[in-house]
Amino acid sequence: MACFLVTAAEAVVATAVKKGVEASEKKELPKYENDEFHVEHTEESSKVPFSRKLKWLSNLLWGGAALLCFEHIWHGEVVPWFPFLTAAANPADKAEMLHEMSTIGVSMAVICTAIWCGMLIVCRVMENRRAAELTEEHK
Amino acid sequence: MTLLITVFAAIVSTLVWYSSPRARELKSGILCWMFWGASLMWLGDAIFEYAELKAEYFAPAAGDLLNDLFLGLSVIALAMVIWTVYLLIRDPKGTVKASLFKSAK
Repeated sequence: MACFLVTAAEAVVATAVKKGVEASEKKELPKYENDEFHVEHTEESSKVPFSRKLKWLSNLLWGGAALLCFEHIWHGEVVPWFPFLTAAANPADKAEMLHEMSTIGVSMAVICTAIWCGMLIVCRVMENRRAAELTEEHK
Repeated sequence: MTLLITVFAAIVSTLVWYSSPRARELKSGILCWMFWGASLMWLGDAIFEYAELKAEYFAPAAGDLLNDLFLGLSVIALAMVIWTVYLLIRDPKGTVKASLFKSAK
């Protein structure tokens, strides 16, 4: 009924956090540029910035939420007039909608976040391999 | 059916993104994110529906199947439209910019 709103809300949070992390990473950048320790520097450059990783999550959530929003329009659950959700018009449907959001909607968000965590683990392994390669090259 | 179509779209778009530098240049990654995101979300929906309907979930009525087929195809069309608009706005090859500011000689 409105399960995509949960993932859309998570997407808003992920995007806001990404913006914050991006700003703090930009502040830290000069530190890496003047790094005297070559090995440390190469290890740093083998890392994917966390803001980029957060962008993966926000892309996944925004993309999915957009297509799911379309599905809800298709089924007549989202309308272009107030209150925009047909289920919000009467209390019985509203309760059902909130139940659906708290079960299916939260599950969707959990699945997306779990997949993103899996991506982070894979990325971490690849970063470590890259760092080892770079260290080996500079020996 | 919609989930199945979206999963196939996600796999195809990912393979294209992975294998073609030109596709990456044309920002095809956005299609991957949209299709994978929607697939994961519909998977969550499907799990709940399966828990409710059990084996009946795999035997939908012909009318529902047709509706889901149309929905799946429409979802792909919408994603392609979003990607096209994004591509034109980002204009990675400078084509839009070049045609807009082409000097009238």
